[in-house]
Amino acid sequence: MSVLTGRAPRGALLLTLPAIAVLLLVMAVPFGVIVLRSFAEPVPGLANYVWFFQTPVNLTVLARTFTIAFWVTASCVLVAYPYAFAMSIAGPRLRLVLIMCVLVPFWVSGVVRTLAWVILLQDSGVINRILLALGFEKVRLIRTQLGVTIGMTQVLLPFMIMPLYAVMRGIDLRLLQAARSLGAHPVKSFFQIYLPLSLPGVFAGATLVFILSLGFYITPLLLGGPQSTMLSTLIQQQVLSLLSWGRGGAMGVVLLVATFGVLALAGPFMRRRYQISGGSR
Amino acid sequence: MTRFRPGRLLLQLSCLLIAIWLVAPTLVVIPMSFADRKSLAFPPQGFSTQWYANFFANPQWFGSLVVSLKIAAMVAVVATIIGTMAAIGIERLKTRAGGIIRVLLLTPMIVPGVVLAVGIYAVYLDTRLVGTWTGYVLAHTLLAIPFVVIAVGANLAVFDARLETAAASLGASRLTTFFTVTLPLILPGILSGALFAFVTSFDEVIVSLFITSPQLKTLPVQIFSSMTRDADPTVAAVGSLIFLATTLIIGLGLIFGLRRRGA
Amino acid sequence: MNAVSNEAASKGAAIDIDGISKFYGSFTALEKVSLRVEPGEFMSFLGPSGSGKTTTLNLIAGFTDLSGGDIRLDARSIGHVPAHKRNIGVVFQHYALFPHMSVAQNVAYPLKQRRVGKAERTRAVEEALRKVQLDSFAHRYPSELSGGQQQRVALARAMVFNPSLLLMDEPLGALDKKLREVLQLEIKRIHRELGSTFVYVTHDQEEALVLSDRIAVFNKGRIEQVGTGQALYTAPQTLFVGQFIGESSVLRGPHRSAGGETVLTVAGTTLAAPGAARGEGAQVILLRPEAVMVQAPGTGPQEGRSNILSGVVREMLYLGSAMKYEVTLADGSHVTARTPTQGAPFALGATVELAWRPQESVLLADDGSTAGH
Repeated sequence: MSVLTGRAPRGALLLTLPAIAVLLLVMAVPFGVIVLRSFAEPVPGLANYVWFFQTPVNLTVLARTFTIAFWVTASCVLVAYPYAFAMSIAGPRLRLVLIMCVLVPFWVSGVVRTLAWVILLQDSGVINRILLALGFEKVRLIRTQLGVTIGMTQVLLPFMIMPLYAVMRGIDLRLLQAARSLGAHPVKSFFQIYLPLSLPGVFAGATLVFILSLGFYITPLLLGGPQSTMLSTLIQQQVLSLLSWGRGGAMGVVLLVATFGVLALAGPFMRRRYQISGGSR
Repeated sequence: MTRFRPGRLLLQLSCLLIAIWLVAPTLVVIPMSFADRKSLAFPPQGFSTQWYANFFANPQWFGSLVVSLKIAAMVAVVATIIGTMAAIGIERLKTRAGGIIRVLLLTPMIVPGVVLAVGIYAVYLDTRLVGTWTGYVLAHTLLAIPFVVIAVGANLAVFDARLETAAASLGASRLTTFFTVTLPLILPGILSGALFAFVTSFDEVIVSLFITSPQLKTLPVQIFSSMTRDADPTVAAVGSLIFLATTLIIGLGLIFGLRRRGA
Repeated sequence: MNAVSNEAASKGAAIDIDGISKFYGSFTALEKVSLRVEPGEFMSFLGPSGSGKTTTLNLIAGFTDLSGGDIRLDARSIGHVPAHKRNIGVVFQHYALFPHMSVAQNVAYPLKQRRVGKAERTRAVEEALRKVQLDSFAHRYPSELSGGQQQRVALARAMVFNPSLLLMDEPLGALDKKLREVLQLEIKRIHRELGSTFVYVTHDQEEALVLSDRIAVFNKGRIEQVGTGQALYTAPQTLFVGQFIGESSVLRGPHRSAGGETVLTVAGTTLAAPGAARGEGAQVILLRPEAVMVQAPGTGPQEGRSNILSGVVREMLYLGSAMKYEVTLADGSHVTARTPTQGAPFALGATVELAWRPQESVLLADDGSTAGH
């Protein structure tokens, strides 16, 4: 009998129990409390949800949250694709450098990275100084939707690159050689062979970035202004400033449902219907 | 591949730009940290190390660093033990149930931080856990477990379970087998899991913002409130230190990881 | 180009490889190799790994750029034609089937690149799949097929557009022995049906012997010898070729010429071999096991077997119709002999005589090659 091959599923279940307990106590119970309070406070019923969907500001913010998430995701896909591709074909040394460039920002605290963007984007910041020096007009970046999108894209990029790289690493580049021998122009063979094979990675990364964007908090809070408020900020205001747990809770539930809804919709696209490497098994 | 040269050049160029875009913005905090005046305006004026001095002298700043380090250390221990147990359990189940448990344990990575923070805050208010060590460690452990499960799970996936059978056939008890065969072989995964757990806790800010108290404040919370209050270059000094430490740790980790694989 | 007129088998193309070289930095993968492959011929490139055979194939296919020389297909230079315009079919060891396309879509791929109409395409795909006996698998995905089936699909895909030349890079290398033998027969059959020129890369000499009209033996970035299997076996031009093809024993010793023949002194005994010495350096005698008779000591020359060596039986294997002996000579070298089973076999440790006819000694220059493939 050994730890991994043992035949007692009860023992295996037991091993996962502490983790499940933490999950229940620190995530499931809090979510339950939020759902409960959204229906119960200040009076039982659907009042908080009715309020949410009948207040134009809320709907504007909800729509904006999705819009920003969309643009952040789209920018991430465009930027991450060539980068991940280069990672997958690079030699070991160059790959190490490329991975470092992804991992370091990934693990440097989001607050610090947002601080950097505040310094860069402020009205007299680096970017505006460069624009002025080049003879352009000053652009308002901080406290705008554009600024928030730029900052979030950079902060979330590693979440796009890593899943994409994981899929691309498994694609057999010799398939492109085969396509050429069969008469396909190199550009054509990329679009007919490589792109379709990398799509599961694109979907996985895009889904991750999209749902993380929906709930993003620190970056929009510090880079954004009243005209670029996202749902997370609104929730925090309801709970901490207005002490309205019911309304804040209802918003939280809307955000949760949106997150899991997107995940459920995207799930089927992330699954691979085929083995990705064309090589011998 | 040689006939692809213009495309290749374009790829190299765009990668260089993206790499710069990934890393360079964060580097801007370094010159800021040596500013002379109390301002975050760029470019910084003059040169001084007063903000570093302030960071180590001011109990608000240095105290929060100590708190963060202590919490992160505790989280690293707790989350690594719990997460490793869970990863082994999942690997052993090998059934649908294992897959479901794995997905459940990974959800803290993707749930919206504010919703989680509000919920935890509500529960902590009722259970008097706001601003307590226990409160921080519990919340951060929840967020760190997914990283441990992923790191250890990846290692277990390539672990040859027949080695355990072999050890058993050679007369080792279950416990001996675990400590002499299994553990040494999955140790790299456990160590990287512990590192991930530590960094996750050390960087965590959203939940911490809600459950913080003036008496017990973590470093990211201190940075955040300093940023929203005034333009104190001490944040840039802290940012530079964190950036340096992170680069060092990841660089060493990658190099060691690579060397071991090469050996 | 009329890509799909399957009824009349397309004529094979002639390849002229004209002094081609390939350098990677300071490393020479291929040096001034020349070779002509006749139209419709089945030519194998045989050699150990790193000998340049796959490099040559990649240069013909256009996957790598030439460092020097030229390649002509039916007298038309293709040295600088991009791979996708060469119209050469390639079968890879790793199959290289597109995993996101069904079997039929994979086989249709080259036809789509050539803008063949839908009806014609469907017909051609069906016919190609029928040729490899996979017509009922058209709608499966590659991952649902066995290794052998996948390689058949790859074969169908490479020949569906009727290329005048088909290149195969160790196509059976990933398969087990039984399956390999079955597919060898199929490849031979398809070669006959298509009439295209086939170039087949392998490191397996038996496979090369079974399949090829002619074999080019590669070693260290050069071609050592080109010829039919029989020519390579009975009349190798170099020790490397002699040892690479079939089983052999090598005897080394000082030589002198004597009339029309050359005499080597091995373990104190003089042995005759036909012909003059090859070059200035040391000479060896290459012996095929079936040429050597094992007999009791003191038997002497029988039926013209006047080359006689004495040795001790070190190993004996019963092969059914024959016995195989490993005999150690006085100078420590070994000779392998295969003789028909007759009478009582010699025991291990027994002293025996090895005897063969002088004309069965192959005299070669000693190029330092050692058996071991």
